[in-house]
Amino acid sequence: MNGPQDMGGQAGFGPISPEADEPWFHEPWERRAFALSLAMGMTGSWNIDISRHARERLPALQYWRSSYYEVWIAGLVTLMTDAGLASTDEIANGRASTPPKPVARVATAAMIPAILQKGGPANRKSDLKARFRAGDKIRTRNISPEGHTRLPRYARGKAGEIIASHGTHVLPDSSAHRLGDDPQWLYTVRFTANELWGRANNDQVMLDLWEPYLEPA
Amino acid sequence: MPHDGHGHDEPSELSPIALRVKALESLLIEKGYVDPAALDVLIDTYETRIGPRNGAKVVAKAWTDPAYAKWLKEDATAAIESLGFTGRQGEHMVALFNTPDTHNMVVCTLCSCYPWPVLGLPPIWYKSMPYRSRAVIDPRGVLKEFAVTLPEGTAVQVWDSTAEVRYIVIPLRPKGSENFTEEQLAGRVTRNSMIGTGLVS
Repeated sequence: MNGPQDMGGQAGFGPISPEADEPWFHEPWERRAFALSLAMGMTGSWNIDISRHARERLPALQYWRSSYYEVWIAGLVTLMTDAGLASTDEIANGRASTPPKPVARVATAAMIPAILQKGGPANRKSDLKARFRAGDKIRTRNISPEGHTRLPRYARGKAGEIIASHGTHVLPDSSAHRLGDDPQWLYTVRFTANELWGRANNDQVMLDLWEPYLEPA
Repeated sequence: MPHDGHGHDEPSELSPIALRVKALESLLIEKGYVDPAALDVLIDTYETRIGPRNGAKVVAKAWTDPAYAKWLKEDATAAIESLGFTGRQGEHMVALFNTPDTHNMVVCTLCSCYPWPVLGLPPIWYKSMPYRSRAVIDPRGVLKEFAVTLPEGTAVQVWDSTAEVRYIVIPLRPKGSENFTEEQLAGRVTRNSMIGTGLVS
């Protein structure tokens, strides 16, 4: 979707302001927000693409004004209500008024190290034959889907070159909408700054893009 | 929590968002979706166990061991896992080697993708709108804000983490470090140099 998350190339957001000796968390509640988001993810009620889509569906002005973990919490509330795990009233009151809905897993403290170590690889087996290989010239499709996509606006309808293949990976455009993994070939594609921005220097931007985003140039 | 003697109860001292998160945590524990002890383990892991010292070890080894550097170029996930750094948000790793001709810089314009096992959780600026919006269109302006000036003729390659591939930059080894031990070298490697918004001196 052409949502507030699609930041590449936007002007007007000011200086970067890196913070010296930045702590991992700035407020005690951020620790809890972080841990709650991860722990709820471990219940298996959604995947990473669904959770990204929940965040990018926030109203644009709210998304841009919020701090990082405020966005996470707003996203988590959407995920829980969408999944029927809690109602907005329960979330506001902090008290259950309905019985819990069964979840696939509740991660205990003892399970955490193994779960983190295993991670969530996104590569999947597929019989699909790769349409492209390194060196091929491509053009990205010009699309504006209403749903989730990982093809940013600034790289749509642009000419580039495949520089690497990563095998077949879960397609977020499908997975974010609970339509299955639909594994597709994933490539790293190189674009010149001139192609993307009309800037005649020797800089380049690389993106990881799935085959359905690409057509032969 | 003990009373602070200023006539405020604890809840009134919390911000609206802190209260909201507190309510959410109570609800999720009451519903049995999360184990409170698991929350503490998660926080402890990312506050005390995982951070850029991990990535610095990868870089120092790549600088001192050509066979390791070659492996890192060909299969970064396996080469990094061999040092014990693996798992969540580092499942598919690629190492980007800076050269005198090419400087690499990593961003996630769409969210906040970042290689957790080697760098820990990302700093605020990495997740914020100014960096996410400008890194791809004005990398040299961004580098200037980090006080990084590249030699004339050095090309900048920006890597936008749009999929589940995670990137770590292998910065140039500093001049005059020929006799340094691997450990001394690791001590020089900064987090920003592994994102590409810093150099190692």
